[in-house]
Amino acid sequence: MSTLTSSDGLAGVPTAPEPLKRKDFISDQEVRWCPGCGDYSILAAFQQILPSLGIRRENTVVVSGIGCSSRLPYYMNTYGIHSIHGRALTLATGLAMTRPDLAVFVVTGDGDALSIGANHLVHALRRNMNITVLLFNNRIYGLTKGQYSPTSEVGQVTKSSPMGSVDQPLNPVSLALGAEATFVARALDSDKAGLEATLSAAAKHRGASLVEIYQNCSVFNDAAFEELKGPGSAESLIRLEEGKPIVFGTDNHLGVVSDPGGGVRVAEVSEVGSDAVLVHDPHTADPSRAFALSRLTDQGVIRRAPVGIFRDVERPSYDDQVRAQVNLAEQGQGRGDDAPLEKLLLGPDTWQVVYPRATRRPTV
Amino acid sequence: MSDRPQQTQRRRLEKVVIRFAGDSGDGMQLTGDRFSSESASFGNDIATLPSFPAEIRAPQGTIAGVSSFQVHFAGRDIVTPGDRADVLVAMNPAALLANLGDLVAGGLIIADEHEFTPRALKKLGLNSNPLEDDSLGEYQLVSLDITKLSAGAVGSFGLGRKDTGRTRNMFALGLVSWLYGRPIDETVNWLGTKFAAKPTIRDANIAAVKAGEHYGETAELFTVRYEVPAAPMPAGRYRRITGNMATAYGLMTGAHRAGLTLFVGSYPITPASDLLHELSRRKSHGVITFQAEDEIAGVGAALGASFGGSLGVTTTSGPGFSLKQEMINLAVMTELPLVVVDVQRSGPSTGMPTKTEQGELLQAMWGRNGESPVPVLAPSSPSDCFEMAIEACRIAVEYRTPVVLLTDAFLANGAEPWKIPELSTIPPIEPRLVSGPNGVDGKGSASYLPYRRDPVTLARDWAIPGTAGTEHRLGGLEKSVEAGSVSYDPDNHEKMVQLRADRIAGIPVPEVQVDDPGEQAEVLVIGWGSTWGPITAAVRRLRQRGRAIAQAHVRNLNPLPANLGDVLHRYRRVVVPEVNLGQFCLVLRAHYLVDARSYHHVRGLPLAMDELTEHLEGVIDELDQANSRGGEPNPLGAVQTSSTIPNRRKQL
Repeated sequence: MSTLTSSDGLAGVPTAPEPLKRKDFISDQEVRWCPGCGDYSILAAFQQILPSLGIRRENTVVVSGIGCSSRLPYYMNTYGIHSIHGRALTLATGLAMTRPDLAVFVVTGDGDALSIGANHLVHALRRNMNITVLLFNNRIYGLTKGQYSPTSEVGQVTKSSPMGSVDQPLNPVSLALGAEATFVARALDSDKAGLEATLSAAAKHRGASLVEIYQNCSVFNDAAFEELKGPGSAESLIRLEEGKPIVFGTDNHLGVVSDPGGGVRVAEVSEVGSDAVLVHDPHTADPSRAFALSRLTDQGVIRRAPVGIFRDVERPSYDDQVRAQVNLAEQGQGRGDDAPLEKLLLGPDTWQVVYPRATRRPTV
Repeated sequence: MSDRPQQTQRRRLEKVVIRFAGDSGDGMQLTGDRFSSESASFGNDIATLPSFPAEIRAPQGTIAGVSSFQVHFAGRDIVTPGDRADVLVAMNPAALLANLGDLVAGGLIIADEHEFTPRALKKLGLNSNPLEDDSLGEYQLVSLDITKLSAGAVGSFGLGRKDTGRTRNMFALGLVSWLYGRPIDETVNWLGTKFAAKPTIRDANIAAVKAGEHYGETAELFTVRYEVPAAPMPAGRYRRITGNMATAYGLMTGAHRAGLTLFVGSYPITPASDLLHELSRRKSHGVITFQAEDEIAGVGAALGASFGGSLGVTTTSGPGFSLKQEMINLAVMTELPLVVVDVQRSGPSTGMPTKTEQGELLQAMWGRNGESPVPVLAPSSPSDCFEMAIEACRIAVEYRTPVVLLTDAFLANGAEPWKIPELSTIPPIEPRLVSGPNGVDGKGSASYLPYRRDPVTLARDWAIPGTAGTEHRLGGLEKSVEAGSVSYDPDNHEKMVQLRADRIAGIPVPEVQVDDPGEQAEVLVIGWGSTWGPITAAVRRLRQRGRAIAQAHVRNLNPLPANLGDVLHRYRRVVVPEVNLGQFCLVLRAHYLVDARSYHHVRGLPLAMDELTEHLEGVIDELDQANSRGGEPNPLGAVQTSSTIPNRRKQL
């Protein structure tokens, strides 16, 4: 059983008697995403890291909502539920609260988690449910064939926005930090090593972990993250690494420094000096710095964005605390025994009827 | 007290209906509740009807702010809280005005004259004081300054003005308890426990209730004191219970008998919140509750818990029930246990949140997209909620299906005596979890087929996470028969639609019992849910008048009892009283091609038995006249109801 003091997200999940392999997590179902979809590489990375966690396959559950990404559970040889639009986190919540022996993953997308299900995302994060959320962000509705999503850029022309979207996009990392999340990270579908490291760290975090994964939709929003991937991406991608100065660009000529306005900004290291460059610490209790870093993400066309773990702090998880209360209340009562329930049904005030007259007799 | 000489005469009554009414801050619910408890412990049969505004602190001294609690207690078996009150305790003029129309002619009014100030009367548009003019001439009026008397009784405790005022209701309770010979010692004990942490408040309230009792004895306000003897009831140990409490205990007992953890995912909503409150207090019994961010999250978490092998339950009322339909459908598709308790209230939309109605039968049956069969159960009285909640758990677990339990505000808040059952007499519920592969896959190796079914019950094999060798994926997409892979095959879909329908239709439910003494009746009155009380009372009255009428009550609304069609066709006329516009009547007509007639009122109140009695007698008369003419009565009138709603508020 997990305890309140454990910071291991997988504490309480039984370990596999023998090491598992990636293929153990691959189901017999044919994968049916479009050719070139970023989901393939995320699925592969996810199946890659699961054996390394050392947990039993039968104690692994993947819950999803509706959307292209939410088909993922069918491809996993674990337990899974492909639920309804936006509500994956609600099912995962009931599961996490009642089954501390399960590793619970939620697979969701920008429409599923940030539009119809945004309410549940905010609450799961602030409660700090022991759940790992993989948020596939392709900045478009794919399954419904190409409408703008809550992360689409302003002006984006789609089937439902022929003159360009006028919707202000959400930044999922900023949202999660505002929702009191204890683990917030971002990764790129094409960055195998970075994605795998981030997913592993997220799974091991006790409490809610949100990993936003930039994912390419090759059909309806192709190359949305191209600036972060192609040649020259060194000038665009800000890698956040614990204990290291936040520098990027060719020869690390760019660095992130404090801004007098309260946020952070990008500066030429040669101009500000290397001492001014911030050293990344995701364990800072105050989320302000992590939030400031999240604002370095472009809102429109993404030409620059930080990736890595923005925040990773410890706070008791909701489900652990609920179990602790139940365990405390249960002390001295055997679960499954008839006696406590019989006593409850009796209540404090009863009377005995000896047919045909009633006489009052107090209950002890 | 009984050893002192009595000046007053004693009269024995079979039954009395008292309504306590005051401002919503006056503690009328508490007063009524205590009086009911005293009466139940004394051995009377009781039935109660609390009524309160939705506003927590409605404007003081106004009709809108009046809160009341009606208790019917009797020396015989009773089935309703009564249409009209014999006694009205009015703590202010608004309470008098709002409730006078429901007082029987010659009824007793006990009023706190202190509150009948010119200002309070003016607020209500009254030019003279009804306690002093002749407007209450047809009633027995006992007017006394309850405020001053209770303040005097608690003067020595050094309470502030506000706390002093709060003892008025206890004084009134003591007075009425004396009048009807109820022992107050149980209330004194109860106050001792409730205010254990506040000794001054405790002692002041005890002093007030005792002062009220003494005042009745010494003040010679009443010429007659009444006795209502204990009611003959089947032998056993009893307690008083409300519908919501019985539902909560039934859910706990169901999970206990199934050996499953009870998980409750709910969002606060009137009048279902007491279920969440009660179950949240039961952590020592292993109950896990989750106050979700919304109604959808509540039922979603419950379904997630069921997927994990717990018994997932969600509790709600009308608007919340609407929000949950999509998740109920996911439970239909995934064939997982789920109990949805819908404490119906007046709708549509927000409607009248604290008032009762039976408006969600059709939504429970057919309110989801696609062919979505769900078992629907409805308890008929507050204590019946216990048994039906267990039944809901049994069907949910053994048939792997969501089950809707339809109670309502009348049942939820009403109380009656309950004969406490022995746990060992309740049959166990069998989850029959699957612990390994149950078949072979296409390649011939051992495999788990999530939709392999029991050939008799059609319940699917249920394996839960943590079990090796039964890993599988469920979801809202259509699945193939047995193997449970995603399938768009036309014939497979039709087969699965039919299997889901057959599984629910095949759930065995008890036959409906018909009460038709003498078997001479031509009219059958049939109801469901909380109308059982008013219908039973009306039927008893008609039989006392020598009229033959048959009665049946349906607790299983889906599937319906197998003998119901035969029962309906046995009678010339079938009348279906409901607190909606005829939803069950529509179901009966559709299922059985029977000319059932609806009788309905939708006022936020239980059906009034006076009106119902007259209506049913009219139906019997009509048939009798037709018999003498040799014809068929009213061949076209499918729906009958009184078209005008009488204004029962009297003008002063």
